[in-house]
Amino acid sequence: MTTHEDVTCTFCGCLCDDISVEVEDGDIAAVKRVCANGRGVFAEHCSDARRPTVGGREVDFDEAIAEAARILDQADSPLIYGLSSSATEGQRKAVELADVLGAVVDTTSSVCHGPTGLALQEIGEPSCTLGEVRNRADLIVFWGCNPSASHVRHFGRYSVTAKGTLTPRGRQDRTVYVADVRPTGTSKTADHFLQLRVGSDYEVLSTLRLLVRGESVSAEEVGGVSVAELGELAERMKSCRFGVAFMGMGLTMSAGRNVNVAELFSLVAELNDHTRFSVIPMRGHGNVAGSDQVLTWLSGYPFAVSYARGYPQFGPGEFTAVDMLARGEADAALILASDPVAHFPRAAAERLAAIPTIVLDPCENLTAGVARVVFPTATYGVDAVGTAYRMDNVAIRLRAVLPTERPTDEQVLEAIIQALPKRAAQLEAVK
Amino acid sequence: MRGILGGRVYDPANGIDGEVRDIWMRDGRIVPADEIDPQGAETFDATGLVVMPGGVDIHSHIVGAKVNVGRKLRPEDHRGSERERRGGYWSGSGYTVPTTHLTGYLYAEMGYTTVMEAATAPLVARHTHEEFADLPIVDKGAFITMGNNHFLMRAIKEGRREEARDYVAWLLRASKGYAIKIVNPGGVENWKWGGNVEELDDEVIGFEVTPRQILETLGWINDELGLPHVPHIHGINLGRGRSGRTTVESIRALNGRRAHLCHLQFLSYRAGKGAMHLSDAASVAEAVNTASNLTVDVGQLVFGPATTMTSDGPLQHNLHKTMGGRWVNDDVESETGGGIVPVTYEPTNPINSVMWLTGLELFLLIDDPWRVSLTTDHPNAGVFVHYPQVIKLLMDSAYRAEMFAGIHRRARKGALLPELEREYSLYDIAIVTRAGPARSLGLRNKGHLGPGADADATVYEEKADKEEMFARPRYVFKDGGLVVRDGELVAAPQGRTLHVAPAYDSAIEERIREHFREAYTVSFDNYSVSEEELGRNETVPCDA
Repeated sequence: MTTHEDVTCTFCGCLCDDISVEVEDGDIAAVKRVCANGRGVFAEHCSDARRPTVGGREVDFDEAIAEAARILDQADSPLIYGLSSSATEGQRKAVELADVLGAVVDTTSSVCHGPTGLALQEIGEPSCTLGEVRNRADLIVFWGCNPSASHVRHFGRYSVTAKGTLTPRGRQDRTVYVADVRPTGTSKTADHFLQLRVGSDYEVLSTLRLLVRGESVSAEEVGGVSVAELGELAERMKSCRFGVAFMGMGLTMSAGRNVNVAELFSLVAELNDHTRFSVIPMRGHGNVAGSDQVLTWLSGYPFAVSYARGYPQFGPGEFTAVDMLARGEADAALILASDPVAHFPRAAAERLAAIPTIVLDPCENLTAGVARVVFPTATYGVDAVGTAYRMDNVAIRLRAVLPTERPTDEQVLEAIIQALPKRAAQLEAVK
Repeated sequence: MRGILGGRVYDPANGIDGEVRDIWMRDGRIVPADEIDPQGAETFDATGLVVMPGGVDIHSHIVGAKVNVGRKLRPEDHRGSERERRGGYWSGSGYTVPTTHLTGYLYAEMGYTTVMEAATAPLVARHTHEEFADLPIVDKGAFITMGNNHFLMRAIKEGRREEARDYVAWLLRASKGYAIKIVNPGGVENWKWGGNVEELDDEVIGFEVTPRQILETLGWINDELGLPHVPHIHGINLGRGRSGRTTVESIRALNGRRAHLCHLQFLSYRAGKGAMHLSDAASVAEAVNTASNLTVDVGQLVFGPATTMTSDGPLQHNLHKTMGGRWVNDDVESETGGGIVPVTYEPTNPINSVMWLTGLELFLLIDDPWRVSLTTDHPNAGVFVHYPQVIKLLMDSAYRAEMFAGIHRRARKGALLPELEREYSLYDIAIVTRAGPARSLGLRNKGHLGPGADADATVYEEKADKEEMFARPRYVFKDGGLVVRDGELVAAPQGRTLHVAPAYDSAIEERIREHFREAYTVSFDNYSVSEEELGRNETVPCDA
């Protein structure tokens, strides 16, 4: 039996890197310190040697690569989508493939924290790493997110109960607020719960900005919350030592979207006239922050990028996967480490089934079920090494605890790039 | 095997000042002519052309956490500054914050072959190295920010200098860094309490140490470890009206110890009336001239768009409050902070005008070109693609006078610049863009064309307009291979990552491990960047 320490769990944006994994007879026998969400990463891993399929038929690797290259090469408007559950090694190759093809590349950010990226472009982002939260934060606000279900170890490792250098008593050293439209596991642990009327985040945040500026508000209640209570929060925000707001899809995917997020970012920026305050988006998928990073350093933009004109262009609403598919604009797709058929609106999912689609994923999913070519790939962090970015954009190394029996995303994508007639023609043209 | 034949060679490290020479390259190195069998060699006729070593940029923000948030922040920066994919070369975008491949291409097309990334927080060094892997052609290294590091400040407070030294060695190895970087020592930690430091003897909250002690200790450590570069210092009070005085005091505080003061232009002001800044270049240059322990780079302002990005958190917040508009802040646990604010420098703005002439005055008043490197602190004071314009300003006093006439009248009033008639020669330019920065960095194989040097060379066509001349080299060679012909890419090989591996007493690791348990959110054993993650790389030796 071998014990691997300091293994990183890739389930969510917490990227807990203190997991202990015991391997016996080539399989995972026990996992310690992992949460209920992360357990599946190790317990239900798919890593047995398995061949790719074309049209549901098992084929040799080279045959599958040739078919994938043929599909992409012949497409007029190919879409590459997913990325967030791959490692940066796979993500980099996915963007290279898009550049070579003149394809659109989009990530799960576009149906998640895409609006957060737009707010960043408008306002900026006063932020910090999670260790600053652990060590300094005496006021924590969760807005439109429920980490008790989605990021289970967040409280203990980084935020609510974590003990740090200036917060030696952990929970007792912090005040916790939750703003959400319904009670959640997170709101139950909070000192103060602001239950907002659905769709009123923007009004409540605007009111807080006014109160922080010391302006009077004549209304007694905004968005279901009493102004007196908001006034108390505003005062706490201004007088805390180091405040941190965590925000989730309650802001990004409700009416207002990026406008909601921009209002929170503005509030946080303005609080720095009084004390120190940061905001951290609660990124979901293990390496969705990495997909933003990789796409940005390679193209300049974090998601919704089209290479159709030969250079990167940014177009949320135009080059976002749901829109491309639902409007019938994509005529082939490569899905990397994601399951859009399970999550997208019906029109977009139906389009994926109608066009030739290539799937790279360790496990079988609904998208693989409608795909023309399927590559069962290695799992970064289980049977392949790689790199992923935590929700605070700290890059973490992913260890492998099992021997690799499958090609990685990086290897499959590189093989596709090498097999593209388009690429050969591009190289020939500059000789 | 390649030869650059009959060119006028400017190789100041070997005392060659425009003499006609043949340069031979084999296996990535410069080799003496008598070791060459010219039969079968590929030769380039450089008759009438100017030959220099490849350019070396000692201070530029090109990759990593901050740069990438800058890219993400500024879609408007990228539109209109795109490059199409061509052959095997990547497409890209960005003017002040270009994408990684585009950055490598643009540097090479300007004749530069080595670039140092000026500030990487150790916690996010892995990110820097990931982007390095996607930055082609140039050799590069990362400076590691240490001026606000908790472990170090505690060791200084408790008088455990040897422990501080071993920690620095460990940290440079863990981050695969090249040099010690100090940014606003103590001020960034105080910013985490909403404050800053203003004097060298101000106290760092919670650590009872001072900026002076941090500078002294890291200066001592640098010499103890025999690092190839010296401590690379962004001092306190950057951008303020008293920064010139503080810079002179900081030079005194270094007490003869070797150091590099970066983007000195930003730290060479005195207060004028109201909120006006004036140039304090004369007193700063005088202090530099008498301190032979120092090298500096200028951080010359270039009018136009820029993106300010530093590890100096309080400075960036202050800029945000002054300018309004967008602001990014990033506090990094136990180590440092940082921020980003987009700006546009205008000659119609009196303070921007003063910043512009302050940089030029430093260039012209510091006597020894070997101790001055040409930078724009890209993209803080200007974009690196404008180095040719800065070269023209240094070589052509008529052009300088013409530009001076166009800046704000309040900046012109009483300015020293019009009195400075000095013009840089091609030899001087070869020093401040190649030989000098390479020597300051301790890169013995860079910045010259003597036998054994890396075969990085640039060939220019001499023109009256020096901006035109330096913007479009005839040939650029990297590791002996042709990468640019007539200003256009012909190859994009991967350059090396340069890093250091100083020795240390491994007993320190247990103490660092303990520190990680107390204060970090990443496991000690997952923190270090391994050599396998780097790709092509070279360990530059230490002298200790």
